[in-house]
This record gives sequence, C-alpha cells and structure tokens, in this order.
Amino acid sequence: MEGAPLAGGWLDLLAVCRALVATQRSWNLTRSGTGTCFPWIRLRDPACSLTIGGGSNPFQHLEKSAVLQEARVFNETPINPRKCAHILTKILYLINQGEHLGTTEATEAFFAMTKLFQSNDPTLRRMCYLTIKEMSCIAEDVIIVTSSLTKDMTGKEDSYRGPAVRALCQITDSTMLQAIERYMKQAIVDKVPSVSSSALVSSLHLLKCSFDVVKRWVNEAQEAVSSDNIMVQYHALGLLYHVRKNDRLAVSKMISKFTRHGLKSPFAYCMMIRVASRQLEEEDGSPLFDFIESCLRNKHEMVVYEAASAIVNLPGCSAKELAPAVSVLQLFCSSPKAALRYAAVRTLNKVAMKHPSAVTACNLDLENLVTDSNRSIATLAITTLLKTGSEGSIDRLMKQISSFMSEISDEFKVHSPRLPRPPSALSSPLVLQGGFEYKRTASSPCWPRASCTSWARRGPKTNNPSKYIPLAVNRICFVNTGAVSALAKFGAQNEEMLPSILVLLKRCVMDDDNEVRDRATFYLSVLEQKQKALNAGYILNGLTVSIPGLERALQQYTLEPSEKPFDLKSVPLATTPMAEQRTAKQPEKVAATRQEIFQEQLAAVPEFQGLGPLFKSSPEPVALTESETEYVIRCTKHTFPEHMVFQFDCTNTLNDQTLENVTVQLEPTEAYEVLCYVPARSLPYNQPGTCYTLVALPKEDPTAVGCTFSCMMKFTVKDCDPTTGETDDEGYEDEYVLEDLEVTIADHIQKVMKLNFEAAWDEVGDEFEKEETFTLSTIKTLEEAVGNIVKFLGMHPCERSDKVPDNKNTHTLLLAGVFRGGHDILVRSRLLLLDTVTMQVTARSSEELPVDIVLASVG
Amino acid sequence: MEALILEPSLYTVKAILILDNDGDRLFAYPSIKEQKAFEKNIFNKTHRTDSEIALLEGLTVVYKSSIDLYFYVIGSSCENELMLMAVLNCLFDSLSQMLRKNVEKRALLENMEGLFLAVDEIVDGGVILESDSQQVVHWVALRGEDVPLTEQTVSQVLQSAKEQIKWSLLW
Repeated sequence: MEGAPLAGGWLDLLAVCRALVATQRSWNLTRSGTGTCFPWIRLRDPACSLTIGGGSNPFQHLEKSAVLQEARVFNETPINPRKCAHILTKILYLINQGEHLGTTEATEAFFAMTKLFQSNDPTLRRMCYLTIKEMSCIAEDVIIVTSSLTKDMTGKEDSYRGPAVRALCQITDSTMLQAIERYMKQAIVDKVPSVSSSALVSSLHLLKCSFDVVKRWVNEAQEAVSSDNIMVQYHALGLLYHVRKNDRLAVSKMISKFTRHGLKSPFAYCMMIRVASRQLEEEDGSPLFDFIESCLRNKHEMVVYEAASAIVNLPGCSAKELAPAVSVLQLFCSSPKAALRYAAVRTLNKVAMKHPSAVTACNLDLENLVTDSNRSIATLAITTLLKTGSEGSIDRLMKQISSFMSEISDEFKVHSPRLPRPPSALSSPLVLQGGFEYKRTASSPCWPRASCTSWARRGPKTNNPSKYIPLAVNRICFVNTGAVSALAKFGAQNEEMLPSILVLLKRCVMDDDNEVRDRATFYLSVLEQKQKALNAGYILNGLTVSIPGLERALQQYTLEPSEKPFDLKSVPLATTPMAEQRTAKQPEKVAATRQEIFQEQLAAVPEFQGLGPLFKSSPEPVALTESETEYVIRCTKHTFPEHMVFQFDCTNTLNDQTLENVTVQLEPTEAYEVLCYVPARSLPYNQPGTCYTLVALPKEDPTAVGCTFSCMMKFTVKDCDPTTGETDDEGYEDEYVLEDLEVTIADHIQKVMKLNFEAAWDEVGDEFEKEETFTLSTIKTLEEAVGNIVKFLGMHPCERSDKVPDNKNTHTLLLAGVFRGGHDILVRSRLLLLDTVTMQVTARSSEELPVDIVLASVG
Repeated sequence: MEALILEPSLYTVKAILILDNDGDRLFAYPSIKEQKAFEKNIFNKTHRTDSEIALLEGLTVVYKSSIDLYFYVIGSSCENELMLMAVLNCLFDSLSQMLRKNVEKRALLENMEGLFLAVDEIVDGGVILESDSQQVVHWVALRGEDVPLTEQTVSQVLQSAKEQIKWSLLW
C-alpha cells in the first residue's frame, strides 16, 4: 500500500480502494491481536499517507521558528488534540536533535502548552508531560503547572498518574517538595506499580538536592520492597540503599533481611549482589559471600552473571571460591546470546589476569569463541587464551588467529583502501580491548614502525603487558621486523611472559623474511640466556656505539685476524642519538653506557647499598681545581631517587707526597644533608683514586634542588722519596680548598627525545600544568635565550625547536625530559623579543613536583 | 583502569540511541548536542556487523538493527551487559508491537509520539523504569476519544471511493 500512485483514472481509484481496504484490515488485525489500538497510528491520515510516497522524513526540514509559530494553535478553541500532539512531537524532535531553544521562546511555547491541559486526550496529555520534562530546565516559571500535575497524579486516570509524578518531580525544588510530600508518600505505596515505581525513581533523583526530605520516606519505601511487582521491588530497594548507604550497620541489616526473605525481582537481586560485594570489601562476612554464591543458582541469567562477576571482582578471592563462578561463566560461553557470551568471556578475561590457572578448564570453550562472529568476543577470547594457554595451545591458537585476521583485513579493505596493509586489525577489534592506548598507537600515521616501537617502549611497563602481546602477534602476522623487536622487549622486561614470547619468536625464526628471521634468531639467543645485563644491553637499550664506527672497527678486525674476540668496547660510542643525527648535543645514549659503568662501580661501595637505581650521572666531570696545580680533582654527580653521590676523581701530581684517607668535605647552602664520606685510602703520585660523598636530597622543601656546595679536600700527607717511592710512617693532616660545586636542576633531569612533542604533551595532560612568565633582562637575542634555557634545564629540545629562524622576534622552544623518579617532564617555552626577552614557561608532568621544581628553578 | 567493583546504583543506562542507515540521529536519550561524534563512531563500528554487543570508547554498547534502523543502549563498561540487553529488547519489542512488526525508519518517524512515550516508560533519568514490553505498550497505547471519529472517517472515505468506482464503471 505504500506509495500507491494517484495519477488519475479509475484504475488508480481502484488501487486507492484496495489500499484502503488493506489499511482497514490490518487495523482490525492489530486491534484483535493486542486488544488495543495505537492513537499515533490512527493519527496517520490514510489519504494523506498515500500521497506522501515512500521514504520521506516528515521531520527532516523542520524550522525551529516555524514550529514555534505553529504552537500558537494551542490557544485555539476547541483544541485539536491530534494536531497539537503533533506539534509537541515536532518540538520534542527538535530538542532531541540538539536544537537550542532560547529561554524566551521556550517559555512562550511552554505557556501556550499549558492550555492543552484543558483537553482530555490521553496522548496529548502524555506529550504535555514529556514537554514539561524537556523544558523544565529551559523555560521559566515551569512551576505553574504544579497544580495540574498534582491533580493528575492523584486523579482517577491511572495512565496519567505515573508520568505526572515523574513530570512533577522534575519541576519541583526542595521548598515545593514539602508541599507535595504527602502525595509522594502515598504514591510510593500506591497499588498501581507504574505509580509506585515512578514515585520511587523520582525520589531517587530528588535525593541529590533534597536528601533530608526524601529520607523521611524510607518507611514507605520499605513497604514497597515487598511489592509483587519486580520493578517496584527493584526501585524501592535502590532507593533504600541510596538513603542508607553511608550507614554501614543499616546496610548490613538491610542485606540480611532481604537475603533471608528472598526477592522476586532479578534486577533487585543484581542490586543486592552489588551491595553485598561492596559490603564485603569492608567487613568479613561469610553470610555475604554465601548469599552471592547462592545467586549463582538463580534462575535468571542476569542474576547468575552478576553474581559470577561479583565473585571474580572480589579482591583476594581464593581459587576455590572462584571455581563455581568460573564454571557458570564457562556455560555461558556456549550461549546462543552474544551478549551473554561477551559478558562471560570478558569476565573470564579478568579472572585470567589474576588466576590464569582457574580459567584453564575453559580453554576449549574459549577456543570455540576465537572464531565468534562478534569480534569483541573473539578478541577477548584470544587475549584470555594467551594468558591461560600452554605453549602447545598457543601454537594451535596462532593458526586460529590467522583465520580471524583475514576476516578483519577483508573488512578493512572497505574502510581504508589507501593503506597498503591493514592496520585496522589493530584499530578495530583490539582497540576494543585495550581502549585508548591502543587507539593512539594504532592510529599513528606511520603505523608500521612507529607504533611498534612505541609499544615496545610503553607496553612492557603497563599494568597488563599481556594486553599488548596480541598486537605484536598481529604485527608478526604481517611480517614486520619492528614487531619482532617489540616482542623481544616484552620478553626482556617481563619474566612471566617470557615462555610465551620464546614460543612466538621461535615461530618467527621460520619466517619468510630475512630480517625477521635474523632478528628473531638474535633475540631468541639473547633471551634464552636469561641474563638481565644482556637483555638491557642488547634488547632494551640497543646499540650505543656509532654505526659507522662499528663498521670500520669490524672491517679492521677482519683485516687483521687475531686470537682475541672482537671487543665492542673498542668501538667509539655514538655521539648523537640515532634518531636525530643532526644535533650535536650531549647524547643520552652515551650517558647510558657510562652510567652502566658508574652503576657497577657505585654498587660495589657498601655505603651506597639501598640507594635504588642510578637515575643520572652528570655527562662530563667538572674540574674543581685549576689545571697545573698540586692536585687535580674532578667531580661527577650521580643522582639517585632520594640521594646524590659525588664522585671525586683525584690525582696527586706531587711526586714527593702520598696522600691517605682523602675525603672531600662539603658545605651545602641549601637543605641538602651530608650523610657520609667514602675516602680514597691512598693516593700515590700520579695514580688516580676516587673518593665519594653521599648527600640526601632536601626533604622539607623538595623544590630546593639547586644548591652550591663549598668543597674542601681533607687528607693525611706522608712524605715519600720520589726515586725509591719509600713513604714515611709519620704523616700530618692537611686540607686543600677546592672550587665550589654546583648542583642544578639539570642534574635531576634526564634528556629524552620526543619525536612528536604535541602527542607527548597531550599524553601527559594538563593535570599538573603550570605556567609562569619571566623577563630575561640580560639576554638580548632569542638564540642566546634558547641556548641558556636548554643548558640550564638539561632537557632535550624537540622538533628542532632549538633552532631559531632568522628575523623572528617570537619563538617556541619545546623541551622534553624525564625527572628523577621517572616522571616525564615537558616544557613549552614561548619567547618574545622586544628590547629584552620575555619568556612564558608552561610545564607539564605526570607529577606535581617536577613542574614546581622547573618553575622554581627558572624563577 | 575501570573500577573493579561497581558502586551499587540504579543509574544503569547512559544513553539510548536510534540512528538511521546513514548514521544520522533519529532519537537520542538524553539528547546532547556534543554526542554526535560519538554516535558517528558507534555507527561506523557497528553498522556492518550483526553482532549485538561491543565495547566502544570505554562504554558497553548493545545494539540491534532492523531494516534501516539501528538501536543502541549504552552503559558503563562495568555494567551488567544483560541488564542493558533487557532495556534494548524492551524498547525494540515495544516498538515492534506498536509498529505492527514494521520496524523501519518511515514507520517510526510517522509515530514519533509513540517512540517518545515508550522511552519515557522504559527509562527515567538513566534508571530502568520498566523492562516488560507488554507493560510499556499497555501504558503507551491509550485510546483517544476521537477513535470512532477516525474510523468513521475511514469508512466514509471507503464508501465514497466505492461509489466513485461504481460511478466510473457505469461510464
């Protein structure tokens, strides 16, 4: 009957007639079928609908002003209910589409609408309630309909009462609430479930602003809990809980009462399970746990699932307690309902994070889900299996994954034909699992390498590194060398996953691609050694030597065969970070290897046990003496999480003296505290020795990191014979004044490079962002300012922002670093050159302290 | 990281959406202007598959399609998925009954009042008000006073059509 032509002639008329008969017939069918007839279907004028033709949207081109103009019809008498309801629908439709209604126009339409209460057409009345609710926060003086609504709420027409309660509570404030309190109490215990439910839910909404009034209604709510209607029971229970949730004892009583009597409503059961598991967090109660467990045998799947999920989420749940929950989830895995399968596998995935062995029994069911048509379910099944499967099953799993991958890539072809390979395999289903982190990495425009490396950096440090593994696995499916490296990094940092990683790498050894094979073989042999130092040197940090240097050295080595193995230490270190050959700044990677040496040396000193990992060693030793003096003292600063160690490399240039028990005494200007001195026992002529001074970082004012130490070398001098080297037994105490030693903020920050500063900036977020403006009165050019800032903060200039373009009087310098303790610190410094340089510094970090320190030290 | 244990609450439903097959909004509850990007994203991720549940932007989305309509119910990722499903089923079944199983865009648009009223019966401020589609239909399907009038109108139209046909046949 849709779209019957009306071109003219009797044939067309016949068609109209048939259509009308058909319409009539279908009406009758509906009426006899459901016993009711829907007014809005009736609203459709049959003659009219025939002329509309198929597919048009009657609301498509609605103009707000035109619709509001139409609302004037409301003032006409007699009221045409059909027309008016339709206009209200249009208004609601506009609001629903996000159209903004101004206060004046909304108020005008609202007042016009109030006239419609004169009509007794039920649909129109119901539409009025909806309009009141929608406009309650746009229009003014909406409370004028209070009396009409109160009348409807207490009236005879049951179909008005529930919606009237809801509309009334929407426009009511605390003061007016007292006036209708009596009616609300009655409505809560009303025998019509829709009225009772409406009153209970509205009371719940009102709790936010009128807690004190609503809490007086608990007796009524208590009565409503025993209602036979499942929704009323649910709402009443919810309201009771929300009123009492801060009173532990009351909640406790409530639980024991309702668990004893049992509930009818599955929704109420779910609510009770949540309340009970919340209560279990705070009190130890086997009755509570027994209640949740008993819900595993409820006849409603919703309740069973809620109970299983609650058990799984209980902290410190034992394997025995988990078992019944896991077995119901296992049953759900083969449900024909996708939502139930999804819920089950998602919950099993959570179990697998803490108790992989508890899920092993479900492996077979999970493997069936790997091919599920719902990709979220399939993805969850895979990630769960990767946690629970044995080595053998991972192998089998890989085969299944390949079939799954092809499905996704096919789909992706439709999505983005521009990319040669299907990164959607990562962005679509796996994003579902990992959320934000995945999306960011997977949507990187240069996805193949950049994202692999970024997982490799970030992945192993996250809370659930195993979430990332499937990603890397996918990458290998696409033959990507970066993926192999990424996988190896996971293995190097996470012992738990090492066995799985080894299996995966073993597969890669048989890859078609040369480079994948070679890398896999290399990583495999390194990882199998299971030595942290090897992992760090060859997988995590990679080569720190300069590549051309290595090439030369190797060539040299092959030209001159010798018995000695090739020594990598003979190769010059890379002088610039690999990724940015251009900058001639002191590179972090040199520091890394020097730092390893220092780390070892310092670890050998008993006094320095328990200082934690070495965060940074100053890149170049500072001379504390002038050259050509009796003693040459150079200092290297080592920063630890809460301490600093000053290493003094001393050389005695007097051939008639041997120094003994050499220490460098420090006098700090700030709150640093000297903890101990580790002396150099003996310092014979021209043989370098080392002494250390350990200080604790300022605790009271952690921002006061910048400090000047005045230094004094103390020692015992023993004369000796320059020719024979014979030393006198007797010596005397002496001291020697050294230059001051400066500790700056740069000693607490490690340079890091961010290839994409903006992304890093957004990633850190503005939670601890601070901004300040400074005037650099002594600096006359932008270059000079940039140079000073970079040097002073000791951070890495990103995106070449250390180069100031010529003839510019503004510039933005972007700096990145890692603050002691491992928090990223990012600084954006906007510079403006007028007579002097004005600088606005914005710092961000994942912690407050680094930001404060940066700003304090700049100022 | 999502909270492991959900704060017990009745506020289950974050949103209900009905989109057409271009991904355009036909109905949104609650209606928020800024939500459109999210709607597009949901649509793109779901409209090609007939799987009924997904996790998108940290939210659990249950959905169902019918001809040229896409129905979504959205809740927190720690919400009981089956509860959300109950809401979706209730909405769909109610509409299906009201539209005489003809759940498609045009029929829905011609009966927007019914949709508005049905949703008003199913959720209130995010709380599930009713989960039984029979109840929803019962409360929404009200007999207006002018029913007989319309029926009369229809039969009148029919009568006049018959007469016209008769008349034209006579010619």
